[in-house]
Amino acid sequence: MSSEFIGYVLLSVGIAFDLFGCIGLVRLPDVYNRLQAATKCATLGTALILLSVFFFTGFGAITIKALLCIWFILITSPTAAHAISRAAHRSGIKLWDKSVSDKYAEDREGAEDKA
Amino acid sequence: MKRFIHFLIIYAIWLLLTWSFTPQELLVGVVVALLAELLLGDIFPYEGVRVFHPRRFFWLFCYFWVFLWALIKANFDVAYRVLNLYLPIKPGIVKVRTKLKSDMGRTFLANSITLTPGTMTVDMIGDHLYIHWINVQSADIQKDTEIIVASFEKYLERIFE
Repeated sequence: MSSEFIGYVLLSVGIAFDLFGCIGLVRLPDVYNRLQAATKCATLGTALILLSVFFFTGFGAITIKALLCIWFILITSPTAAHAISRAAHRSGIKLWDKSVSDKYAEDREGAEDKA
Repeated sequence: MKRFIHFLIIYAIWLLLTWSFTPQELLVGVVVALLAELLLGDIFPYEGVRVFHPRRFFWLFCYFWVFLWALIKANFDVAYRVLNLYLPIKPGIVKVRTKLKSDMGRTFLANSITLTPGTMTVDMIGDHLYIHWINVQSADIQKDTEIIVASFEKYLERIFE
């Protein structure tokens, strides 16, 4: 099995996961659910695409940059999702109608009543 | 000492990013790393450096595989929910408690939760994390903590506490 073959497999799987993330963005009902799909799939999908670079070019300058990019994506992607969801909730965007619980809203209302 | 370790880490990242070892590049790297350390060194938490202890590093290594497995499961979970015609979701925000005290440990915990199946950290107030869950199984703090937090916490406790 040549390393180029492994590269193509990783590339295809990565693109597939990125695609699932995009479908999730369209199909899921509210901003929080959409963020979930987008963060998870974009992280692993993009990481796999970057990892496939390693199998195409071998170990060198480009590979190291790609591996560093994976590390940065792993750190920044969930942080961004957290910041966006928190900001969305604080600016009053409601959860989907069929959501079962919202402890965050309950606790924040309690805190604001006291203040 | 703390500042010197920061400097070395930043310089190592510079070397990896440029990947050329001509004298000019090395010299500019020293200047850039010094500047970055002087301007931003206070933000970087010192706890991060403790990870280089061999025992902590071993647990970090174990944690990496646990995390990777959770990330892969999360992606198949999203794929399953998104491609299913009936969209099997039952979303909601639940509250869990964490035992971790260090900033670095909590950051890792929150980011790990976001990248694992069906959960996303929305906010942290005191010892409580508010988590958006795509498939809520119970509304009880203890039970939710057990399901969402426990598997990561036991590793992060050994790495950062």
